[in-house]
Amino acid sequence: MTVAAPLYEHAPPGTPLPAVSMRDLTVAYRDTPVLWDVDLDILAGTLTAIIGPNGAGKSTLIKAAMGLVPVAAGSVQIFGRAYDEQRNLVGYVPQRGSVDWDFPTNALDVVMMGTYGRLGWIRRPGKAQRETAMHCLEQLGMADYADRQISQLSGGQQQRVFLARALAQEAELYFMDEPFVGVDATTEGAIVDLLRELRARGKTVVCVHHDLESAPDYFDWLVLLNVRVIADGPFAATFTPENLARTYGGRTHRLTQLIATGERTRAAEGVEARA
Amino acid sequence: MSDLLRDLIFDYTLRNVALGSALLGIVSGVLGSYAVLRRQGLLGDALAHAALPGICIAFLLTGSREQIVLLLGAGIAGWIGTMLLLAIVRRTILSEDAALGIVLSTFFGFGITLLTFINQRDDANQAGLDKYLFGQAAALVEDDVVVFAILGGIALLLVLLFYKEFKLLTFDAEFAGSLGFGTNRLSVLLTSLIVVAVVIGLQTVGVVLMAAMLIGPAAAARQWTNRLSVMIVLSASFGALAGVIGALLSFTQEGLPTGPTIVLVLTVIVFFSLLFASARGLVWEWLRRRRQRRNLTLGGPPVEGGRSRP
Repeated sequence: MTVAAPLYEHAPPGTPLPAVSMRDLTVAYRDTPVLWDVDLDILAGTLTAIIGPNGAGKSTLIKAAMGLVPVAAGSVQIFGRAYDEQRNLVGYVPQRGSVDWDFPTNALDVVMMGTYGRLGWIRRPGKAQRETAMHCLEQLGMADYADRQISQLSGGQQQRVFLARALAQEAELYFMDEPFVGVDATTEGAIVDLLRELRARGKTVVCVHHDLESAPDYFDWLVLLNVRVIADGPFAATFTPENLARTYGGRTHRLTQLIATGERTRAAEGVEARA
Repeated sequence: MSDLLRDLIFDYTLRNVALGSALLGIVSGVLGSYAVLRRQGLLGDALAHAALPGICIAFLLTGSREQIVLLLGAGIAGWIGTMLLLAIVRRTILSEDAALGIVLSTFFGFGITLLTFINQRDDANQAGLDKYLFGQAAALVEDDVVVFAILGGIALLLVLLFYKEFKLLTFDAEFAGSLGFGTNRLSVLLTSLIVVAVVIGLQTVGVVLMAAMLIGPAAAARQWTNRLSVMIVLSASFGALAGVIGALLSFTQEGLPTGPTIVLVLTVIVFFSLLFASARGLVWEWLRRRRQRRNLTLGGPPVEGGRSRP
């Protein structure tokens, strides 16, 4: 029941390669499927939000795309090839809470880690990598914090360091895992600016997102996920009360009402699906 | 004092003990830094205990008491124990502390059983294996020190070579994976290097106290700096310092065993660092809080620098 654009193999000739292409992708944790039979094409040049309830497999989807979790069945292609051949085209922003911010290092050093992939084994980062990293910090308004020990940054600043690190990967496709969670207004603005700039430069962004209220403003493509792909396509056409109800199992009653009456607004606090 | 320095250089026994202990301190200080930052401080403990049956089996199979043979057995058993530990964590629902407990006690129990068996066999060759329990640094000879230097040198060289990769693995393993640095292989390599440190330590401080040599220098060093490279160098220095001072103390004071003395010196360094380190010392933190509280109650302006600076 996928409201999908034509799958890649059946697309007419001349169609650009999708940035991400998944076929029959199934991931299981022990006996429980986390992702079930996912068929998905994410078009290059889109800002795509992956939205769904807790435990819907959103993070797992992007981790599976990068080969970070074992896949039970199916395949993933990045710009038409296996991830291993394309990893230099991919940037990654993990969840901020996934690392220990008390690690003895500073912001600039973390951002430089984004250049390690191109450096490969053993080679050390040098002046060029330093300059790249500094430039990426500047883009996120973090240049003044380059020497700051990372535990002394606020949550939003830490998130911007992570985004700068992904930027330093100089990728074509960016996977971001909940970059908007727990950040201040300045950081939220910086992330939105970054997303728009990436799109203007023709990059693709696939972003796990949880806030239904802000999503329509930030993204132009939508994947609704709950273990299976419930719907995907252009944002406005896909962000319908019916699709949301099917994704969240009817728990978005208030939100669907709001959308139905054309009042999708700043009123989403108290929306249960926010969790 | 100058006598002591002369002995340190010219006394054969003291020189070997001090050199061997310093080498152990450096190697375990460097590798312990990674272990502590990865929150795997007790890995070395499990690993050291797991090495004991290896020593016994090596002796039973070959009948040899050659250092190199026994340490090889220790290394293999320790390595198997660690891989078992990692496999348990990865493939079962048991958490790391439970897996540590299982591996540590099973291997150590097996080792003690073998040790008892060997001691009861009553052949002239038997004795001497017990020294691996608590170490016997005083018995270090020049050949041991040479072996330590070679093993430790290789381990340090690999750390230097893979510095960037180990740092990334320790800070953000998932990101490392996404960049194509095989995190499993890197973990195995890093853990194997910790095995090397343990093998060096078995003879000096022994199975039981080895964990302190891995955790102590790194924990102390972390207090003084917010840079990984500085932390590693400091950690190695603290390890070496504890080794040499411990060796000197036990040399000059009748009846002080070397290994435990080294660990006690290390403990002093750790406590001093926890209390007085410039960046994170508890004493400074306490003084800051007190000053802040007093200023607040007096209605004075808020104190600048309420948070510690790097």
